[in-house]
Amino acid sequence: MNDLDLLRLITLQDSTTRTVLLGTGTLGLVSGVVGAFAMLRRRGLVADAVAHAALPGICVAFLIVGSRQFGSLLLGALVFGALAAWAITLIRGATRVKEDAAIGIVIGAFFGLGIAMSGVIQRSPGGNKAGLDGFIFGKAASMVRDDALLIAGVCAGVLLIVVLLYKELKLLCFDEDFGASQGWPTLRLDLLLMLLVCVCTVAGLPAVGVVLMVALLIIPPAAARLWTNRLGPMVLLSGLIGGASGLAGTAMSAVLPAPGTRGWPTGPLIVLCAACVFVVSLLLGKARGVIPGWLGRRRIERTA
Amino acid sequence: MTFDLHIWPEGSEWWVVTAAALACAACAVIGTFLVLRRLSLLGDAISHAILPGIAMAFILSGSRDVWPMLLGALAAGLATAGLTAGIQRVARLGSDASLGVVFSSLFAFGVLLITWVADRVDLDPGCVLYGQIEFVPLDTTTVLGIDIPRAVLWLSMILVADLLFVIVLFKELRLSSFDPAMSTAMGFGAGVIHYLLMTFVAATCVAAFESVGSILVVAMLVAPGATAHLLTDRLSSTLVLAAFLGVTAAFLGFLGAKWFDTSVAGVISVAAGVQFLTAALLAPRHGIVTRWVRRGLLAIRIAREDELAALYRQHEASPEPSATLTVLPPSTLRQRLARRLLRLDQSVRRINGGLSLTPAGLEQGAAIVRAHRLWETYLAQKTDLPLDHLHEASHRVEHFVSAELAKRLSKAVQATQDPHGRPIPPV
Amino acid sequence: MSHAMVDAATTPVGARIAIELHDVCVAYDRKPVLWDVDASLPAGQLIAIVGPNGGGKSTLLKSILGLVRIASGSISVFGKPVRDVRRLIGYVPQRESVDWDFPVNVADVVLMGRYGRLGWLRRPGREDRRIAAECLDMVGMTSFASRQIGQLSGGQQQRVFLARALAQESTLYLMDEPFAGVDAATEAAMVEVLRTLRNAGKTVIVVHHDLQSVQAYFDHVLLLNQRQIAAGPVREVFTSSNLQKTYGGRLTLMDEAAQALRLSDQPHGRPR
Repeated sequence: MNDLDLLRLITLQDSTTRTVLLGTGTLGLVSGVVGAFAMLRRRGLVADAVAHAALPGICVAFLIVGSRQFGSLLLGALVFGALAAWAITLIRGATRVKEDAAIGIVIGAFFGLGIAMSGVIQRSPGGNKAGLDGFIFGKAASMVRDDALLIAGVCAGVLLIVVLLYKELKLLCFDEDFGASQGWPTLRLDLLLMLLVCVCTVAGLPAVGVVLMVALLIIPPAAARLWTNRLGPMVLLSGLIGGASGLAGTAMSAVLPAPGTRGWPTGPLIVLCAACVFVVSLLLGKARGVIPGWLGRRRIERTA
Repeated sequence: MTFDLHIWPEGSEWWVVTAAALACAACAVIGTFLVLRRLSLLGDAISHAILPGIAMAFILSGSRDVWPMLLGALAAGLATAGLTAGIQRVARLGSDASLGVVFSSLFAFGVLLITWVADRVDLDPGCVLYGQIEFVPLDTTTVLGIDIPRAVLWLSMILVADLLFVIVLFKELRLSSFDPAMSTAMGFGAGVIHYLLMTFVAATCVAAFESVGSILVVAMLVAPGATAHLLTDRLSSTLVLAAFLGVTAAFLGFLGAKWFDTSVAGVISVAAGVQFLTAALLAPRHGIVTRWVRRGLLAIRIAREDELAALYRQHEASPEPSATLTVLPPSTLRQRLARRLLRLDQSVRRINGGLSLTPAGLEQGAAIVRAHRLWETYLAQKTDLPLDHLHEASHRVEHFVSAELAKRLSKAVQATQDPHGRPIPPV
Repeated sequence: MSHAMVDAATTPVGARIAIELHDVCVAYDRKPVLWDVDASLPAGQLIAIVGPNGGGKSTLLKSILGLVRIASGSISVFGKPVRDVRRLIGYVPQRESVDWDFPVNVADVVLMGRYGRLGWLRRPGREDRRIAAECLDMVGMTSFASRQIGQLSGGQQQRVFLARALAQESTLYLMDEPFAGVDAATEAAMVEVLRTLRNAGKTVIVVHHDLQSVQAYFDHVLLLNQRQIAAGPVREVFTSSNLQKTYGGRLTLMDEAAQALRLSDQPHGRPR
């Protein structure tokens, strides 16, 4: 039985699995790429706030549209995510509160609002409980073909922008002042990067959920950074790690024997795969790993 | 007017309010230090990362006893702080990236562990996130012959522990939060205090999360401390205010949740956020709207003083007490407002079609022109700016020269005339 | 305007003006305030901006670049607003403004100097790489081309930043303390590069903190301490009396006025 499942998975016979793999794979890839820039610009945890803030956005969209229409829910999430990012910038700029506290406040307030609203929705007639809960921890298995195509399309758009503006984003992240002195609109580039992060985050909600989405934006670039000292390879590697984690996590949730009635959740499995890659990178990474560093020091001591 | 009091807590609901207030106060007090040390997100991370600790404790001990869970969670909390610092040092990643890697991995691990044991324990990831504060009164224990909910007992103990920690180590916490290097140099190891603080944060998270959920813990660790930070400038008052704000948010949150019939923890978090928003906009010193209003008032004051100075200069040309001064019609709204003000506070009065300065207006106008000319003289003496460059700078400064500063300027320049040869009005 | 005439008298006849500062005041939160800087900096010379710490040197440089908004006055570069001539300006920022852990190597950093000329979307091509390599060679850092930028010493990093500015092929260079944390040999090599630039007709403006070397390195100097003390050719302006004025402590009354202006944003800032 189990072997048969595995066979079906590997040969991609099952159309549901194929759909989910398409969604999580592209999502992991693009989150890795965008996350690399976000991490280098120290905006990784803003993505956490954006993800948490998406929950009330989804609730508001549900209340307005009145149904679980995928596209409009994501649009609601995007609007609230952008609102959260803006709120963090505003708090940091206009009050004496520092960025970390600003992120914490936004996470707490927005997510609290989301939980309160989903409580209201669930108790209202027609509020289908199964509907919104899936966004908190992700429910990749319930992805249908149109959802996966939408995610893949959005991700392709994001990827295209990053490829076209690679040079500009690099300059922004490395040396903002120099960029501004050359006349690049650094503020607008910064906003664009935040928008890309928002789009990525929102696209990932159905698969990994609001709580763990940040992991897909932070862990792959952090792991990739340990292998290389150049941006280009790092971005590529980060995308690969993200994509591979997405595929592997999805495959595992489809194949592993489920302990309870609910089955293995896909999101945490994807994150755990990425985390494993990170641990391996931490040990073996060529540029900054523990073991190569130790070997290098030993070689220097020997020759000295 | 009749007010429907159906949202007021009644009966056993008071236990819910009490538990929420205790949790919020405990988180707020310990969280204030996180905010001030720029470690807010470490609190967030710890509150997520205790999940695998709790799950592991359950798997190893096979029970939902409090002590194994507390220990497991403490271990996980400290591991978060330690791992984050370790990755930051070894891999030279930013603190935010290290933190993100650690807590999201641990949380994912925790969710998987809970899924694994799902059939054996009623501990689903959802209730870890938003808690089950509504069920607090159902799980009671007997203390001194009184039935009180277990959660209330635990939360009171942790609040007392937190308060003792903060009171006993107040001096050390203040120093090491403000200047860790100096603290270590004086023998209060900043590292020791850091990990002590992390222990208390983890313990508070554990005690609070079961009843109120980790999202409320995140909100309460950060928001009240940050709000208090906007409202006061001293550490002791910040702590007291944060605790007060936490309790208020708990109470308001409960009422709101009952009104909307929804999650108590969720609405309490929102209430804490609204408190912060209100303070950010309206705080007497640092509020955004406050500053905006202050700037507007300043602009009007400057316009009024500019008008007054212009009238005084005209008066200077023909110094008769009640001469009619001719003025151009006001060109901007600000100018019009300034003229209206001058008439209202009786600095000028209308005399046959023109304006005339009253004695009070004359005195004020003289003071402004005096400040202007003193500053011009000072600039001319101290810089080698040509004469035609003095006016603009002085025009800006004249509104901010206090009587005291004017006296000292006058002493410094020792002149009765400005560089253009115009008299500096005496006091 | 009388002031411009004064300047014309002290600069060589026919010299063009690179930067015209007219009554520039800069005020921003908690940072030093600049009062009324008014000077013309001649083109084709090595120019130093000298003054004590907190005297507003970097602030002035950043306001020329348009990175800091000026409160009043005007700045023109080659007779035009800065935003129209950005492509003519090369910039070496202070070392703190950069993320040294960033995953780029030395060659990448120098290549960034070409970005301004490339504009949106276009990628650096073979010609850009050739120019970047040449510039790296000029500062003697070719053998470090594939090192990560954070693995270099402070002096080496400054040389790479100089190379990046060279790769911009500008006519005006603004450098913020390029000699900070640099050993003597490197400093000499960098000065040689600056002289080569000057001899090729470029204007180089350097924020400098070492009084000993001003006369040896520079043609023209602007002395700053909160306000402009003096500006002009080094041999005329770099006198002991001017230096005493520059370094003779801050003017307390000026500090107090600045404080009052800043407090105007605070509730208890005494209104007169």
